[in-house]
Amino acid sequence: MSALGALARLEAVAAGRAVPVATVRHCHLSERPLVIVPLRLAGEAVAPLAAMVGTDPERPRLLFVPQPRNRDLRFRFAAELAEVVLGRIEECRTAVEELPPAKDGTERVRYGEAPQIIVPNQAGVGFLRMLGRSTRFRRTDGPYPVDPAVPMLGRWLTWFADRYERPGAALLLAMTETLRLHWASGQSSLEDGNLAALLGWIDPPEGLTGPQAAALAEDPVASPPAGPATDPSFDNEVLAPAIAGYDEAADETGLSHAKERLRTVLSSQLVPTWELMWRAIGLLRALPEGANVAARHDRDRDSFTWYAETFEEGFPQARRDDAVNAARRLHDLERAQESYDAQRAFDDPLVMAEYRLTGEAFGGVVTECLPTRLDETGKKPKLRPWLRVRTGDPVRLEPGRAVCSAARPGLKGRIVEVAAGEVLVELTGGMGRKLTPEPGSVPEVGDRVCFTSLGTDSARGRPNFPEREQTPWTHGGPPAEYVPTDEDAQEAWS
Amino acid sequence: MTDLAARLDRLRGAAQPRNHDARTIAALTSNPGCARRGVLDAAGIDKDAIAAELGFAAPFGQSQFAITRGNVFEAQVKADGCAELLSLLRDRLGLSIPEVAYDDLGVVGGNESRKVRHARTRQLFARALGEGPGTLFDHPLLRLDIAGQPAYLEPDVIAFQFEGRFHIIEIKSFAMIDGQADPAQVASAARQSAVYVLALRRLLTELGHDEDTVSHEVVLVCPENFSNRPTATFLDVRPQLAVLRRQLARLTGIDRIVAELPADLTFEPGAGLAGAVRSVEARYSPDCVSGCEMALFCRDEARACGSTGALGRSIRDDLGGVDSIATALALADGSLEPAEELAETAAGLRLAARLRREALGAAS
Repeated sequence: MSALGALARLEAVAAGRAVPVATVRHCHLSERPLVIVPLRLAGEAVAPLAAMVGTDPERPRLLFVPQPRNRDLRFRFAAELAEVVLGRIEECRTAVEELPPAKDGTERVRYGEAPQIIVPNQAGVGFLRMLGRSTRFRRTDGPYPVDPAVPMLGRWLTWFADRYERPGAALLLAMTETLRLHWASGQSSLEDGNLAALLGWIDPPEGLTGPQAAALAEDPVASPPAGPATDPSFDNEVLAPAIAGYDEAADETGLSHAKERLRTVLSSQLVPTWELMWRAIGLLRALPEGANVAARHDRDRDSFTWYAETFEEGFPQARRDDAVNAARRLHDLERAQESYDAQRAFDDPLVMAEYRLTGEAFGGVVTECLPTRLDETGKKPKLRPWLRVRTGDPVRLEPGRAVCSAARPGLKGRIVEVAAGEVLVELTGGMGRKLTPEPGSVPEVGDRVCFTSLGTDSARGRPNFPEREQTPWTHGGPPAEYVPTDEDAQEAWS
Repeated sequence: MTDLAARLDRLRGAAQPRNHDARTIAALTSNPGCARRGVLDAAGIDKDAIAAELGFAAPFGQSQFAITRGNVFEAQVKADGCAELLSLLRDRLGLSIPEVAYDDLGVVGGNESRKVRHARTRQLFARALGEGPGTLFDHPLLRLDIAGQPAYLEPDVIAFQFEGRFHIIEIKSFAMIDGQADPAQVASAARQSAVYVLALRRLLTELGHDEDTVSHEVVLVCPENFSNRPTATFLDVRPQLAVLRRQLARLTGIDRIVAELPADLTFEPGAGLAGAVRSVEARYSPDCVSGCEMALFCRDEARACGSTGALGRSIRDDLGGVDSIATALALADGSLEPAEELAETAAGLRLAARLRREALGAAS
């Protein structure tokens, strides 16, 4: 975080409620996001306890495992969750957008929608990833057969968790992180991990200040944790007796009573978070969408389309990336991060302000303009207008550095000189093809402008990664081909 | 009894000194700059009780599911004279252990007194180094001096002697999935194990052995993937040992802090307690909440006095070290003229404030 982010937090403390750190919404929000609020049994790696799921705030569906240590009941839970997740995935595949054919003439399509899963926090993402890991290698035949939907769910959850790591992708969102991208609260980032407390700062209930609402939210009885970890005293005092009741039930009636009781107590833990999730979605929806969000959503849809179309012939994702894939993936993530950072800055003056603070961008008023200046040193004259910009920003751009306009990145230029609060910029592109600029393309005296070096680095191609088979010995040599084994499929889940 | 010890006793009042365990000792290393914590810990004061008395009970509870799971796993690994553990040591870590003696030091001839148990531990360790191909000591009772006071440690670990060296074996019930476990839990296990390694090293040096007789490589035993099957791995705790040593050395320097406190200060429960606690300076940061029983009290105090540190250490750094929220805001809006040494910080804050204003203005 920067001084700007820190200052926003101080302002929030002074105001008694959260302040914006973005002026637009930087993530796509589906019309029908699939909200999943998962709970896990304490002490276990990934023993699902319950989940509240659905795309309609009025109609949540409660899935739960009456005895979380029972393997069959866990797989039944996985199958029920699969029904919801896979159902939503199929819905997204109904509408198809035809794209212009690829260079080699193959047809290209893109599904009209991409499924979007929203969980309360990062631990929720971790839970889905682990649930994916524990189910994707299962077999539908052999000694421990599972419902065919279970391994499919595993592969899809793994895919969602994988996409979560990609900067700018909005296929799986952690609500606290998404909110923090748009608001700064007056508490520490650690405390922001509590969804109820964070929302308390952003949108305190009538009659309460942010800190008061956040304090209420820290009481696990008044405001149950947003999972996947449960409140230990709930475990000890409520859940344990309810599970014991299920274990001890003597007959069908007893069993259904015990289940009903479990449903009630688990629901009491989940409903508050469920409501917070939809309130948060409402707050995010009210923000205008950033200009580049739609383009990033198209990438998400491409990625979804590709994975869905190759799902049948694919294998479950490997436990670990091999060396070449890992290098490739890291490279892609870094590129995605750069482009996401730049896009957010172009979409949002409040994000661009971060770059003005560090001197990678500057804003100010045009004091002098030579819109028709020509550079006649070469064989052919070139249109090279000059702009002199007065700025109070600490400019750290060297003469010769390529820049572009924050308002219209197509307008390119170069720094000529920086001196005493003034920057001379030579415009080099984005003004049409003639020797006089297109009307309106060159800023005029008195206009507010902002130029930045962001996004002007010459496009770096992907470095040449070796093929899998050519993995050098320094990286362990060519990896063994992955073949799903019986052992994978029968892995204990106890 | 030293002056310091007498002084610390007075601070504690009538209450019994709280026993340290590896968790509390490891926690000493997490916020070394905090004088409040240093004094309370050195005096063996029950912070949990004090926090509750002050109305800020620590939110630490453990789910019985987690406890059961931990116990079941440990019992399973140790069953039949540590049969599973031995096969792990042999197969997973490649140690050639022909035969093994197992001794549980949890109870000594029906006598559970700590002194007796510690003496028995010493005795067995002294003997073990001289002979035998391999020995497992369960529940050894170790001792470590904390601020000049001996603290008994009740490690739920096994000390394993192999080829003349001891290894600490720590059994944890968090899963290791595809060779990876939750980094936070591994870090916490490493901090705790380091305490045992140190205590065991002290014991063996007292017995006239070299420090290196106790390996810095701890054996961590966890369930593998999603099963109950244990797996084992070596964990190098040298970094944690270094931190711990430094911090324990610093704790003995606690006399300087204590010397500056009023002579009649005491942390006895009662009306004066809050004032007494406040008279020792704390250094609160948000991550205290995960490790210190006093955290909620200190947080309340930090918030009430408008400390930037309550928002996180990095925030204070981003603000150029300004401690007070009000000062930082006044510097940012220009209503406070900065002293010379704050001029640069103030300029940065003003710039940040202007950029925020412009950007928010441009958007509306």
